[in-house]
Amino acid sequence: MPSVSMTVNGKQVSGTVEPRTLLVQFIRENLHLTGTHVGCDTSQCGACVVHVDGASVKSCAMLAVEADGSTVTTIEGLAGNADVLHPMQEAFRDNHGLQCGFCTPGMVMSAIDLVNNNPTPTDHEIRDWLEGNICRCTGYHNIVKSIAAGAAAMKGQKAAAE
Amino acid sequence: MYEFSYHKPSSVADAAQAIGAADDPKILAGGQTLLPTMKQRLASPSDVISLRGCRDLVGISSDGSTVTIGAMTTHAAVASSADVQKAIPALAALAGNIGDAQVRNRGTIGGSLANNDPAADYPAATLALGATIVTTKRELSADAFFTGMFETALEEDEIITAIRFPVPHAAAYAKFDNPASRYALVGVFYAKTSDGPRIAITGAGQGGVFRSTEIEDQIAAGKTPDSSSINESDLNADIHASAAYRKHLIGVMAKRAVAAAG
Ligand SMILES: Cc1cc2nc3c(=O)[nH]c(=O)nc-3n(C[C@H](O)[C@H](O)[C@H](O)COP(=O)(O)OP(=O)(O)OC[C@H]3O[C@@H](n4cnc5c(N)ncnc54)[C@H](O)[C@@H]3O)c2cc1C
Ligand code: FES
Ligand code: FES
Repeated sequence: MPSVSMTVNGKQVSGTVEPRTLLVQFIRENLHLTGTHVGCDTSQCGACVVHVDGASVKSCAMLAVEADGSTVTTIEGLAGNADVLHPMQEAFRDNHGLQCGFCTPGMVMSAIDLVNNNPTPTDHEIRDWLEGNICRCTGYHNIVKSIAAGAAAMKGQKAAAE
Repeated sequence: MYEFSYHKPSSVADAAQAIGAADDPKILAGGQTLLPTMKQRLASPSDVISLRGCRDLVGISSDGSTVTIGAMTTHAAVASSADVQKAIPALAALAGNIGDAQVRNRGTIGGSLANNDPAADYPAATLALGATIVTTKRELSADAFFTGMFETALEEDEIITAIRFPVPHAAAYAKFDNPASRYALVGVFYAKTSDGPRIAITGAGQGGVFRSTEIEDQIAAGKTPDSSSINESDLNADIHASAAYRKHLIGVMAKRAVAAAG
């Protein structure tokens, strides 16, 4: 079996996997990082979105072997420490951007990729970007509100750091 | 997904060799079509040959008259390329509207063309712009490349390496999205080229992407394009749209594309 090694949430990890092992299986079953969800397993819902080398991807539609040598960030890797959430996570909490929470990890990872590419997205751009993320609870309205607030907070944080 | 052996050659020559040595090989590009197909067990290759190690297949160059895009270039990279936005803005816009952001971050132009999904977007741009498909064996004109629904002129062991797009005088793509899948229910790509207008239609034809010389002639004669010459029995009919509705949409999308190109 091939061996893979990658940096996940800042830590170097490695393991042996079957070639057909999906990245999401490696994350959940080998690394026990179960914040990344599998909703559909058919590339539709976006519950499995993680960042690979800085870009959001559906981890159910990528082989673990294809992530060999990459840098992966999952929802668990966003908050610097257990007490302080990432501004986008905080924004989802503040704006009631979730109900059951199943879609939320994917929503947050997708949203951060949007803001990294477009620091001040309009509501229309947010809705357009969420094409690949399905939520069956919220009706999206508060998710869009959360992402707008999260984008503003990320901008503030970046300005404070500079 | 059935078991397979995985290969990640670091050059196109090694990839071609790995394909030749395998029983029932499949090339893996972005995997956005191939992996779902394998999960459904509609494909069960013995060997998967990933092109991810072939760095020379990634990249975009432009010399003013031609834009060349490497086969492994993602939709997101084409959409955000300053070169493509400047030379063929309609192509950048098309790439930026494929599927969703995550599909665009993985899916590649080579994979899209090799797959030739009858509702895919890139085949329309490639055919209307009269692009050249460069492979490990030869160079194919777009007119010769697309041979039917999910079918191309590619041989078993032939790899697309790049696509060369001649820069048109003007171009635009009008797509009527299927609201669920975001694939084209009907998409019309119009290019004003030095050889006259070219129109390619995706999403509608039973044989996949096709040109309409009748609509091209209408545009050349300065008339408003309409789809009366399209034969309804050549069009797809499914739960999303009847053949008659698709025929109607071809006329509407052609008008919009011509108007948008200016
Ligand atoms: C949710 C979703 C929505 C989508 N929406 C759209 C849409 O709106 N419009 C659209 O056009 N597409 C859409 N797609 C398809 C997407 O664009 C795919 O990325 C594309 O069709 C395949 O590209 P890939 O790089 O992922 O190829 P893969 O899935 O890796 O490969 C596809 C096929 O091409 C072959 N192949 C790949 N590269 C080469 C090469 N260089 N030479 C020879 N053969 C090769 C493979 O062997 C395989 O048979 C969507 C996909 C998904 C999952
Ligand atoms: S589980 Fe990956 S898109 Fe739904
Ligand atoms: S909060 Fe339940 S699916 Fe989105």
